[in-house]
Amino acid sequence: MIVSYILLLSWTFLVLFPVYWLFVTAFKLPIDVNTGPKYLMYVDFQPSDHAWREMFVASGDLVTRPYKNTAIVGFISAVLALILGSGASYALSRFTFRPKPGLVLAFVVCAVLVILMVNLEVPWQVAVAAGLGIFVLVTLTIGRRLKGSMTNDDIAFWLISQRMLPPVAVLVPIYILFQNFGLLNTYTALIVTYTAVNLPLAIWFTRDYFKSIPIELEESAFIDGASRYQVLYKIVLPLSAPGLVATFLIVLIFAWNEYTLGLFLSGADTQTMPMLVVGQNATRGPQWWNISVLVLVMIAPVVVLSIVLERFIARGILIGAVKG
Amino acid sequence: MEEPPSHLNDRSRYVLLLPAVLVVLFLSVFPLLLSIFTSLSKIRFVKGGFEIEYIGLKNYEKLLQGSGQRRFLGRFDDPTTFGWIILMVFIAVMIYWLFRYVTGPRRRLFGVLMRVITIIIAVELLWLVIRTSSGRGLPGTLVVTLIFVFGGVAAQYILGLFLALLVTQNLPGKRFFRVVFLLPMMITPVGIGFLFRMLTDTLIGPMAPMWKVAGLYNFSWVNDPATARLAVIIGDTWQWTPFVFIILLAALEGLPTETVEAALVDGANRQQMFRYILLPQIIPVSTTVILVRIIEAFKIIDMPNALTGGGPGIATESVTLHAYNLWRGIDLGTSSALAYCLLFVATFVALVFVNFIRQRLLESI
Repeated sequence: MIVSYILLLSWTFLVLFPVYWLFVTAFKLPIDVNTGPKYLMYVDFQPSDHAWREMFVASGDLVTRPYKNTAIVGFISAVLALILGSGASYALSRFTFRPKPGLVLAFVVCAVLVILMVNLEVPWQVAVAAGLGIFVLVTLTIGRRLKGSMTNDDIAFWLISQRMLPPVAVLVPIYILFQNFGLLNTYTALIVTYTAVNLPLAIWFTRDYFKSIPIELEESAFIDGASRYQVLYKIVLPLSAPGLVATFLIVLIFAWNEYTLGLFLSGADTQTMPMLVVGQNATRGPQWWNISVLVLVMIAPVVVLSIVLERFIARGILIGAVKG
Repeated sequence: MEEPPSHLNDRSRYVLLLPAVLVVLFLSVFPLLLSIFTSLSKIRFVKGGFEIEYIGLKNYEKLLQGSGQRRFLGRFDDPTTFGWIILMVFIAVMIYWLFRYVTGPRRRLFGVLMRVITIIIAVELLWLVIRTSSGRGLPGTLVVTLIFVFGGVAAQYILGLFLALLVTQNLPGKRFFRVVFLLPMMITPVGIGFLFRMLTDTLIGPMAPMWKVAGLYNFSWVNDPATARLAVIIGDTWQWTPFVFIILLAALEGLPTETVEAALVDGANRQQMFRYILLPQIIPVSTTVILVRIIEAFKIIDMPNALTGGGPGIATESVTLHAYNLWRGIDLGTSSALAYCLLFVATFVALVFVNFIRQRLLESI
């Protein structure tokens, strides 16, 4: 037991010391940072709120606006990823899908057609309608004759494989995509992107979780005449609330902290916090005290949320762990 | 004929699955296709726009054989005797594995083909690692990324499992540890890069007195390739151990108390407890979390970028950082080609993990 505590406390120290260093740096004057390590407030340096003033008072809404943007984009995209993701993962864990590779290919071809049409100045509403029409037509006519099929695991692997391409490779295409829809520098662009990027994770985490809920409960509800949606809404989701909460926290953290894609899709109005942090490493060299202030401000809400949700997290992913 | 119950043939499955699939498709198909196209072309910025010239596979050729080879694949040297031994042992193991499959009861032509291809790619990768790390060889960004992926994910998994096992004991204050251990994951990756640059600074960082005592004053430990890579792996491990920790913790907590008690009553010792009770509980979720971490680790960029800037030389430059630097140098074509090379390697590793390792582990429990 003593050994356990020694080990736990040493890891706690490793985790907390960097955070403590952020905390003291946020109250240091530049000279206190640059003249070597100062460890203790009031003992070897006098705390100063100059960085806090520079960030919050002197510069107007320099921080508050990105902060608000981060909160809006983070929360909405995390909620969307959770709703769409849990729907999809429930479907993947209860039904057997047998999509035909030919139809998938047809869909991709139609999507490319839509993009081409948009690029040729066809209004995007018309283009999407036309693309969908062609796809439905293909499905109804030659769809039945196509052979071969994929499994649920193939769909799941395809979804997670969407996270493999480094963001830098898709920056320009995504930029062009949203430019065509006239959505650059809007919340919509950021929310859609972060939702799509987080969906694979949400699906993978909740899928195992749903698999572990006893199917008998659902079956008895069907016998009582409940519909699929009623079962999902009244039985499955409440039973898995802890797991959903945990997944929510993880996707929220990812959206909260995303930098590369956001940098390109956002403009002055929709800039989020990570960009502001990087901005502090400007021509004058890294402004350590400002970076510390911003990082502390950024993690505060997430820490509070995780303290509130901690009791669910453990119970949360746990049931999902029964079947991988 | 009686209708099947409504919940068996309802359309809800599509209503539930399709929105997510469509959102992911919307943001993946077009970027995927367009970046394949850019990887096959040369893009020049001219007045008022840009000019795209289709040049076929030249970008890939440049990376794999031409002027970009030294940076991407590294500088080669003849393997040492030790290198040869490792390669031979690996090939022997692979051939034995294939032999077991071919003589086994479940062989199929497709399976044999897949395994042969897997072995060829794996041996190629190992050959690359051996040739760039022996003698005068110098690892390129691909090998550096592989070091980060395997070093980092292994460290994170072992630490995460260890910490999770520690806090599942009934210790007072375990809720405190759980929240605190999550902290590193919450800090934005770019912020962690800066934070570690502060902490590792030998002049003004908190460990400066220690460096001074060690006679390393005014020496930057990120100036040596090996320690610089270690610094990046330590930073990455600090950041992502919580991710593994919380998921494994949850798996362990999910163990029904009755099972544990029953095992204790039956007189199970610690090893038996771990082997027959805990291990089957955590293997499935371990494979998922390792897969996710491998995929994410292949894209490592913020830590080396902020901590070492990829240096010294290219010792800590990951493929993603390499692609980002090319991208900033407005070499979009080569940058995309590089991203596709990474996608290829990452997909290969993920597929091997899912089809061979995960499958084997799930069957073993």
